[in-house]
Amino acid sequence: MALLDKKSKKAFSDPLMSNNPISLQVLGICSALAVTVKMDTAVVMSLAVIFVLAVSNTVIALLRKMIPGKVRIIVQLSVIASMVVFIDLVLKAYFYDMSKQLSVFVGLIITNCIIMGRAEAFAMQNGPWRSLLDGIGNGIGYGGILIGVAFFRELLGSGTFYGIQIIPDSFYAAGYENMGLMVLSPGAFIILGLIVWAQRLIANIEEE
Amino acid sequence: MEHYISLITKAVFVENILLAYFLGMCSFLAISKKVDTSIGLGFAVIFVLTITAPTNWAMNKYFLQDGALAWAGFPDVNLSFLNFIVFISVIAAMVQLVEMILDKFSPTLYQSLGIFLPLIAVNCSILGGSLFLVEREYTLLESTVFGFGSGLGWLLAIVSMASIRYRLRYSNVPSHLRGVGITMLLTGLLSIAFMSFGGIQL
Repeated sequence: MALLDKKSKKAFSDPLMSNNPISLQVLGICSALAVTVKMDTAVVMSLAVIFVLAVSNTVIALLRKMIPGKVRIIVQLSVIASMVVFIDLVLKAYFYDMSKQLSVFVGLIITNCIIMGRAEAFAMQNGPWRSLLDGIGNGIGYGGILIGVAFFRELLGSGTFYGIQIIPDSFYAAGYENMGLMVLSPGAFIILGLIVWAQRLIANIEEE
Repeated sequence: MEHYISLITKAVFVENILLAYFLGMCSFLAISKKVDTSIGLGFAVIFVLTITAPTNWAMNKYFLQDGALAWAGFPDVNLSFLNFIVFISVIAAMVQLVEMILDKFSPTLYQSLGIFLPLIAVNCSILGGSLFLVEREYTLLESTVFGFGSGLGWLLAIVSMASIRYRLRYSNVPSHLRGVGITMLLTGLLSIAFMSFGGIQL
């Protein structure tokens, strides 16, 4: 079996666009929006989710024949929770400011429905290699949307990109103002709604 | 007393757990299609949040915090890194327990809440509530009030959204925007409406 046969490739590439976890499966929005005021928190959050998703998918795929059906949810939760504890401790040790900014939202990766959803729907039926690809694919699909939302919120709300000022001073002098709404929570909902709309238009997916 | 009223108002309106902190979005989007199911889920969330908040408070105070195990003779032990695992297990166990108790003593309530209870174990607002009360260092009573208030705020948000979506059936939404897209935009508007409570100080 080649490393990247057709099915494995599909496991990786589907969640990027045509089956995106956020905009099409509508999973994992809980922890997605609160960290999108600035690019840097969104990037760190995406990396954390990609890591947790990839590792937990692989571990669960390896264990799938040993997990009794009745207690599988608890087993999945403990695998995921251990990964999240690991991430939390790494952040606290090496990026203390970042971990303060993300506050409770690192912990909330545990209840991120994408991770449970992929464990239950994919890793319980497929081998570890394919599950790893599926995990990374879904993680990147999730991170893409997260970073997209953060990009617009930071650009429109603070006029910066990754902390670097983008909107020139002459604009402000001419009367341009940052959109305060974008920094607050409604901005996240509205930007995400528009991104979902755009993506469904491109992928041509309609509901009902 | 005033302190608790202010806390509850803050949790319901000013810092609504769903509209300001985005917690519990998954089930919010999935369930808000129908008014009666969203009322059912809303009450189940209030119930579970009010129970798990004080339980997790006690867990944190007597087992996890730095020096919390002094009563057992281990004053130097700090288990706070275990808090995620302990909280999520407490929540899962509580949900299971509530389900069994309801099944035994109140079959009618179980009938109406039953299908939602397993869903709640992975509802972010429950775990979020527990993590917030640790971060904000609430006392036992404050935690309980905060848990109840957050649940109430969640119920309010999901029931309003379900009623709006009910009316939405008669409007002509662009076909690609239907479903999640329009719900997100509406949640944004709802969230703006709730922001007008922002200045309230009791």
